[in-house]
Amino acid sequence: MTKPLPTPKRKDPLGRSTLGHVPPGLRSRAATEMATYAAQGRFVLQSCDRCRSVTYPPRDRCPTCWGTLTWVDQDSGARVEAVTTIRHSTDNFFRNHMPWRIGTVRLDAGPVAIVHLHGDVQQGDRVRMTLRLDRGGNPALLAMPKEETPNMQDDPQLRCFTAHPKHRRILVTDGRSAIGQAIARALLKAGAQTVFLGDADPLMRYPGKAEIEAQEGIEPVSLNLTDSGSVQELAAQLGGRVDIVINTACFVRPGGVAFGAKLSDLQAGFDLGVLGLVRLAQGFAPAMSARSDDGVNSAAAFLDILPVSGLSGQSGYAGAAASAAARLSLLSGLRGEMQQTGIRVLSVLTGPVDDDWHQELPQPKVAPGQLARAVVHALTEGQEFTCAGDVAKDLFARWQANPLLTMREENR
Amino acid sequence: MGLQSPYEGVAICAPTTVPYVRFSPESAHWWAGAALQSLAQTTGLGPADIDGFCFASFSAAPDTVVGMVQHLGLSPRWMDHIPTGGASGIMALRRAARAVQCGDAEVVACVAADTNQIDSYRQTLAGFSRFSQDATYPYGFGGPNATFALITDNFMRQFGVTREAFGKLCVAQRQNALSNPLALMKRPLTLDQYMSARPISDPVHLFDCVMPCAGGEAFLVTTPEKAEELGLSSARILATIERHNAFAEDSVQFRGGWERDRDALWHRAGCGPEHMHCVQVYDDYPVIVAMQLADLGFCAKPDLPDFIAGNDFTISGSLPLNTNGGQLSAGQAGAAGGFQNLTEGLRQILRCPLGDRVQGAERALVSGFGLVNYDRGVCTGAAVLERQALR
Repeated sequence: MTKPLPTPKRKDPLGRSTLGHVPPGLRSRAATEMATYAAQGRFVLQSCDRCRSVTYPPRDRCPTCWGTLTWVDQDSGARVEAVTTIRHSTDNFFRNHMPWRIGTVRLDAGPVAIVHLHGDVQQGDRVRMTLRLDRGGNPALLAMPKEETPNMQDDPQLRCFTAHPKHRRILVTDGRSAIGQAIARALLKAGAQTVFLGDADPLMRYPGKAEIEAQEGIEPVSLNLTDSGSVQELAAQLGGRVDIVINTACFVRPGGVAFGAKLSDLQAGFDLGVLGLVRLAQGFAPAMSARSDDGVNSAAAFLDILPVSGLSGQSGYAGAAASAAARLSLLSGLRGEMQQTGIRVLSVLTGPVDDDWHQELPQPKVAPGQLARAVVHALTEGQEFTCAGDVAKDLFARWQANPLLTMREENR
Repeated sequence: MGLQSPYEGVAICAPTTVPYVRFSPESAHWWAGAALQSLAQTTGLGPADIDGFCFASFSAAPDTVVGMVQHLGLSPRWMDHIPTGGASGIMALRRAARAVQCGDAEVVACVAADTNQIDSYRQTLAGFSRFSQDATYPYGFGGPNATFALITDNFMRQFGVTREAFGKLCVAQRQNALSNPLALMKRPLTLDQYMSARPISDPVHLFDCVMPCAGGEAFLVTTPEKAEELGLSSARILATIERHNAFAEDSVQFRGGWERDRDALWHRAGCGPEHMHCVQVYDDYPVIVAMQLADLGFCAKPDLPDFIAGNDFTISGSLPLNTNGGQLSAGQAGAAGGFQNLTEGLRQILRCPLGDRVQGAERALVSGFGLVNYDRGVCTGAAVLERQALR
């Protein structure tokens, strides 16, 4: 049984934080491709295009018939054949996390794999395999107990593969929106210690302000993403105390490119959505990076919520989609940088949300509560790409199958 | 599969060991040169006399045997590079013997050399193989200790072998090492000390692990006529086997390629395990020693507990095992660790061991095991050697 995570003690301000090492990062191209599925929380293994045999570790050709290989979703069952508790390592990351348990499992899909073990998993157990990303953005197999166990999420090894909100201090950039408020509530419910709730205009009341600010664990902060000074000031105040940043800022106005668009809307959208993201990253990423292995409430993730239309463009919302596309690109860059320091960069892709600015569109739309669930899921699973709602799931799947076709479909 | 052709017209001689050191600032090239120099002292041969060269190393990058040949001033008409670590001694022997037998070369120097600089062990592990880089070492980075811990965990459960049994093997090897002036481990080891050692990766504890070090090993493969001309004692090869990636279907390794090929080995050799005067097996971990003893026909796996309890593995015992102390007590000098079983076996039957002699030893079984590419050792091999001439 997993011991519940202790509430982190107050930090010694004079002590040096543990350096945020990342596990060894050298990988083959095939393993890197495996990471793209881990990023979506999918358990995949390579399957031969000719003989269908399933293989692991990542190969470039089938060991049975030398055919070509494709990553395919697999049955996640497995049995633990052998276990060991590693108590000595020459790697700096693992040294800081000894003892570390691994095991040999026989996968129901066929191959044998060496995997990380959840603390509640023992030799001989039937387990549920998960494919995750480690702190360095590389694929990692982790065996979970087949059934739910008490405090399962608190397992110290599992916690290295997630950005679970429990005991963490989280900045939500825009508390003025229903979405920001729903996310703040969901994070507190998931065990967050504090939610710093951003407000770009503290002198102006907003719907739900009194209720949310009265809630224990909510700490309102002044934050305007279009103002570099405001972001820098908050970063200076909170820098070493923010473990997760969640950017909920979004500016959506209807309009095309040549028809029905206002340049000022585009500018405002880019300033908030694109430059705002950069301001936020520049303000908070350095301090977070220095604290990525700082105990129970180490800095863990930078999460951005953005329209899925950034993948394809969208007729009638060209500006918003373009801003989202720029954000996707910046997030890729940021992800590459943060993988060196052990901070996860998570993208939650959303379809049109159920707000005043998406009235033109038909249902289904994403409710704030749905988006909040997606955010908590992304954090508890450490998942890089999460789709909130059916529209996002549908578009993401079509885009993965054929990006150019999806662009045509979305811009008709 | 037909019977292996005999190794007629082949002589193995001049077992050479460059004394190991724990850490060395020198390169693999330096250690290979030291091994050749030592070989030259024994044989009187210079660079121009060596027309075949077989090389094994982990730390010579970016060079292979080609770079080594030019670096060390050789001009062979036959050469080979054996990148298989613990199996490299047997494999070098097999290849060199056939080259000499077929006249492709007359005097083949087989050399294994590795350095061990500060932090080079971690670096070697980090880039060891594609599978280990993708799928083993990022899992806790316990190195071979963790991989063999999984193998040991399974083996103990499957065959009822206890830590005490492994301890007996390790204690005997340490006893053997005490007479070897070149062994890195110089203090006696008791079973109590073995049992109470700190855990490294359960169930592997400190004295189950080898000490990585720098060193070099070499031997000469030539014709009996040439050996006589050089005045060198020599041994003949009765039989050899080699197998890679055997039993890939086993979930956890509990046997190696020896099991598949041992009947061929003993058939060709014309004798059996009971006729061996000493046994030099690869010993990165005691579980692999036990596995080899069973796979090579000394006993069935379920009988291992009784077999280990019923034998004395010291130099004067019923089954002298790893008589120089093995890697567990003499040190593991990278790929040279895959040669020292061969040089020690050769020394015992040529009556020139580093330490105490196995009385009346004329035949030796040498066994190699190499390269944990992913979750198990891939390369296996063995050779039965017999004294040819004492000079």
